[in-house]
Amino acid sequence: MTSREKILAAVKKNQPELAPMAEYIQPERAEDLVAKFAIVLDGIGGKAVMVQRMEEIRQHLQEHWLGKGRIVSMVPELRDLGEQPSEVDPHQFENVELAILPAHFAVAENSAVWVTEELLQQRVLPFITQNLAVIVRRERLVATMHHAYELIGNGDYGFGTFIAGPSKTADIEQSLVLGAHGSKSMTVFLL
Amino acid sequence: MKNHAQLSQEFNANEPRVNWHDETLWWVRQKRDKAANTLPEWEQLREAASSIKYHTLSNLNDYLQQFEANAEQNGVTVHWAADAKEHNEIVHRILAAEGVNRIVKSKSMLTEECHLNPYLAEKGIDVIDTDLGERIVQLADEPPSHIVLPCIHKKKEEIGELFHEHLGTAKGEADPQVLTAAARVHLREKFLTRRAAITGVNFAIAETGEFVVCTNEGNADMGAHLADVHIACMGIEKLIPQRRHLSIYLRLLARSATGQPVTTYSSHFRRPRAGQQMHIVLVDNGRSTQLGREEFRNSLKCIRCGACMNTCPVYRRSGGHSYHTAIAGPIGAILAPNLDMKQYADLPFASTLCGSCSNVCPVKIDIHDQLYKWRQVLMKDGQGGAAKGLSMKAMNFTLSSPGVYRTAGKAGRWFLRNVPFVVNNPLNPWYKQRDMPEAPKQSFGEWYQQNRKK
Repeated sequence: MTSREKILAAVKKNQPELAPMAEYIQPERAEDLVAKFAIVLDGIGGKAVMVQRMEEIRQHLQEHWLGKGRIVSMVPELRDLGEQPSEVDPHQFENVELAILPAHFAVAENSAVWVTEELLQQRVLPFITQNLAVIVRRERLVATMHHAYELIGNGDYGFGTFIAGPSKTADIEQSLVLGAHGSKSMTVFLL
Repeated sequence: MKNHAQLSQEFNANEPRVNWHDETLWWVRQKRDKAANTLPEWEQLREAASSIKYHTLSNLNDYLQQFEANAEQNGVTVHWAADAKEHNEIVHRILAAEGVNRIVKSKSMLTEECHLNPYLAEKGIDVIDTDLGERIVQLADEPPSHIVLPCIHKKKEEIGELFHEHLGTAKGEADPQVLTAAARVHLREKFLTRRAAITGVNFAIAETGEFVVCTNEGNADMGAHLADVHIACMGIEKLIPQRRHLSIYLRLLARSATGQPVTTYSSHFRRPRAGQQMHIVLVDNGRSTQLGREEFRNSLKCIRCGACMNTCPVYRRSGGHSYHTAIAGPIGAILAPNLDMKQYADLPFASTLCGSCSNVCPVKIDIHDQLYKWRQVLMKDGQGGAAKGLSMKAMNFTLSSPGVYRTAGKAGRWFLRNVPFVVNNPLNPWYKQRDMPEAPKQSFGEWYQQNRKK
């Protein structure tokens, strides 16, 4: 008998009688999603920037990041700000100073943005970059993770991730330090 | 082999340190309370999380096969390991086939449970733990003392000393910011040069064959996305039926663990990237046995948030290493005896049964009830130890005879009053870290006799 058969047989023998599962339905809460998102993001070390037009994002990024190092831009309207990843080897991104990414949507309760492989081209990009800028449309803000998974539905992706703020650690005496391995800062533009 | 009581005694030798450990963890527990209180629906979430896990366990045979079929369709290779030894062999076989002898690993309590690091070291494979806390304990040649905060027992000065020795930071440097920056540089070099990465799994989804890994540092992603080979190791109890169920668990996990609204990264791995190999190792190692123990099967609902440890008055004052098992604290104390009743017989007794662990558990595991039940199982099995057996017999004798009980009570009060040094000395285990009570003038029985007619 293979281990697979052995494990499955033991599980089958030992599992209890089939139990139903409680459904959970998120009660709706009336709240200002934009304000909530900004407050939570601030609390986890990120920064929300409210803008009306793409042009404002361009100006903000030019002001803060131009000339500081390598920029990769995955936002079609802001292609000119940086290069697009063409290399196949993810190691080539080790010296990226800023990655500019679009997100599918964002979640107000925890300030997470949802990105998938097709937006990133390179899975490693939002992790290996020193700093991260993400653009989300305001109408793509949802209240909780339940709403988030409704949007994701049975969507097909090879890799997808929720990103909530910059990389962080508190492993040394519980002191919060931003920039453990991944991005040291995260700016989210709400358009 | 030292037991929990002996190991905690060593930890307790340094009183300021114990107080510091206690306060640090209590602070994390308070952050958890604050986060939980922001959600009016917290209790409904716990109920749903518990119920979905129980349903999954009741249909685990089907869900495992569904997960396997979907994962393989996604281009992932699925392996099955009956025990720790087989798990380690499978991992080694995958690495050997690729000629890899240096790897990076992100946090996985399962690989700790299986003692993967020493096994691979013996085979000549260099393993670098990439979670900062785990890297620190690895440099100190110690196991993690907490499942979420692996080096919570270490002072920043000690970490500074380790970094000075191994990473070349300045002597006496103890600033967390500076030390973390040094680790970032050190570990980036590892991420960029290692061809294989091992990660744990927080949740695996039967419906889609994908798995989710949660970290704050991003180390699992740095490892996996840069490596040619990604091996994910998971216990078979990590399954949940559907993707949408993640909403419930991701809302509970980080809030319960550290008080954050969610971990920085919640990464969903479904298919290997082009040119990459992805493997999943499904590990039993006693889990199917625990599934068959009706009174203890709920322990398999655990999502490894560590909330029970942070709140436990015993854990906070005895330190994680006193539990001498990969998973410390209350949950570890009900998981470990399932693996080896003899070796871990002391752990269910390392509790006040105050119930705080059960109160904070996001999946509503009846932890303190299980600790109580394990004590009964262990005593029946003869694992209680001679002293405990004898004292229980003496107690039984005393309590079953009113005359003996009265005399014993009288003698006890007399000794406490007249010759306190007989009990107030280090030979009496009750006297440790605790004052003996003041003896009342009379017993309740005597008082009642005197006052019943009034």
